[in-house]
Amino acid sequence: MFTGFLFHLRSFGLKVSMMEWLALMRALSEGFSRSNLTVFYHLSRALLVKKEADFDTFDRAFATYFRDVSEVFEVTEEVLTWLQNPELPRDLTDEERKALKELGFEDLLTTFKKRLEEQDGRHDKGNKWVGTAGTSPFGHGGKHPEGIRVGGAGGNRTAVQIAESRRFRNLRNDRILDTRQIGVALRRLRKLEKDEGPEELDLDKTIDHAARNAGEIDLIFAPPKKNRIKLLLLIDVGGSMDPHTQLCERLFSAAHRASHFKKFESRFFHNCIYEKVYTDISRWKGEPTKDMLRRVDDTWTVVLVGDAWMSPYELTYSGGALDYYHENPDTGLEWLKRLRRRCPKSVWLNPEPKRIWNAPTIRLIRQVFPMFPLTVDGLSDAVDVLRGAKPNKAVADPLPDETRSFGT
Amino acid sequence: MQFQRFQGSDRYIVSPELRDAVNVAVALEKPLLVRGEPGTGKTVLAEAIAESLVMELISWNIKSTSKAQDGLYLYDTVQRLNDARFGDRDITDVRQYIKYGPLGRSFLSEQRLVLLIDEIDKADMEFPNDLLHELDRMSFRVEETSDYFAAKHRPVVIITSNAEKELPDAFLRRCVFHYIEFPDKELMTDIVKVHHPDIEEELLRQVLVRFYWLRDLPDLRKRPSTSELIDWIAALRRGGIEPQTIEMELPFLGVLLKRESDINLAGSAQRRTRVN
Repeated sequence: MFTGFLFHLRSFGLKVSMMEWLALMRALSEGFSRSNLTVFYHLSRALLVKKEADFDTFDRAFATYFRDVSEVFEVTEEVLTWLQNPELPRDLTDEERKALKELGFEDLLTTFKKRLEEQDGRHDKGNKWVGTAGTSPFGHGGKHPEGIRVGGAGGNRTAVQIAESRRFRNLRNDRILDTRQIGVALRRLRKLEKDEGPEELDLDKTIDHAARNAGEIDLIFAPPKKNRIKLLLLIDVGGSMDPHTQLCERLFSAAHRASHFKKFESRFFHNCIYEKVYTDISRWKGEPTKDMLRRVDDTWTVVLVGDAWMSPYELTYSGGALDYYHENPDTGLEWLKRLRRRCPKSVWLNPEPKRIWNAPTIRLIRQVFPMFPLTVDGLSDAVDVLRGAKPNKAVADPLPDETRSFGT
Repeated sequence: MQFQRFQGSDRYIVSPELRDAVNVAVALEKPLLVRGEPGTGKTVLAEAIAESLVMELISWNIKSTSKAQDGLYLYDTVQRLNDARFGDRDITDVRQYIKYGPLGRSFLSEQRLVLLIDEIDKADMEFPNDLLHELDRMSFRVEETSDYFAAKHRPVVIITSNAEKELPDAFLRRCVFHYIEFPDKELMTDIVKVHHPDIEEELLRQVLVRFYWLRDLPDLRKRPSTSELIDWIAALRRGGIEPQTIEMELPFLGVLLKRESDINLAGSAQRRTRVN
């Protein structure tokens, strides 16, 4: 019975889809595992896990699930028996049953079984049923049902040993966000300037039209597809932000690479913004903050990235800046408010988990900028606010308890 | 069912896992996505598969400007106009101006063949998604002529990626995935010997120690790859460097490391080890 393994993998956070699962079933029923757990390990990994960063998670899941299984076991037999009579595991919770039903799991199995019968053992170029498997992934699966282990005990456990050696540990990155996800999120900021500005000659289309039209030159004009987005990225560097350096670098490189901004600028600061912002990470070169504020206006989108974690006086005292070369007669908080007034389209992204967001300085900053966690969902919410799809309000209500108990 | 068909070739040593992954992909008719550091032999794999299965190989090298449509076909309107002006050819036959791309040609082939989509991560972020339909159905329509083509034989599709960009999930779900691990010392010894058959044992041993020491340095921005190691050995041998020298210093470091910050990093790590 293998559905247990599917649930087990999903309970480890691997997003195995039905399509991938059925592909594995098909490979197994064609005898690819050669009744060998090591081969089965590589086979299931190749079909179910598509990122090397997830290999380690897979290893952990595999090791816990197959620890008691001997190396040689009749995978094919098991799968075939199960497919003859595809019942769901008995000890599924109601929630899981419901989740499966929503997926149309039973229909899927019936179809699968039918196809298998049609194929009378020899699997020729049958590709029709791969398509019918559907792409719907599982919803958020509940807990993994009590282990349904595949018989036998002890013996040679090479596959489990491979899994337990966890060779792929250093490929893990526990990424909160990867560059692609940031790129996709930032792309949503794009707004095409459809009706503004004079039309431009579309050279490619003109040539194509002329050629199709027996050389009759027909000038094609199109509205310019330029992006209006002007993005200012302000990143907190140094000190308590050091653990988040990689994440910030990733955000920075994604924003930098995104070619769809009309203007893109980035500045660095340490803990809070005072009278100077910096163009380099080591904070040597910079410009007065008021020059920057003069250059930007309310058409600019401003994204601040920082942990907002500092001593309260750094934020609220005149002269409270940590770096001695800042005299800051105006408090850091005042500078932040000025920035917010100048650029209402602004958000603060915080790499720290939400559970510490009730800390004094974080709360103060949350009263100025809408704050979002630097995660996939957080970034997506932030973009919604910047696009005007969600209200742009800074609120600093204490976070409810359940939010606090969660990590990132 | 013919499995275990792909066995690797004389020049391409394949691990059993990779062999299984290839054969599953061939049998399930799913694309095989191969990832790994640069220089781990991803592209050569397609050649080895084609050779071993005795199939033709079509390569599609992806660039940042590649579009999914380019892979299927292009309608050369400008050529047709030119012919119309100078009367070179019969221009009423539009079909002769349809130029099929690598993907299109692999669908049209009378024989099953191997299609290599090389470095898919070089293209735009949405590029893999644009390919989904074609790779699923293995068919396409030429709008200008209303011709419909469905692959007679689904090609064996090998896709390589350097992990420069993340690929979309919908695309990944359809692939069989294999990650080529960086060769360990043992395998590396074999690989080096293919390129430098007459290398001294002592030099090889010393070089590998240093090479893996370098690769294991934390904070290295770009770790040296197999091909750089081969070049480094060539440089060392040509320069007549003794194995003992490598123990003490790192000659021709620029062959292995290409970034200034990495060279500085290796230099300071080297000084630290010498003090200790």
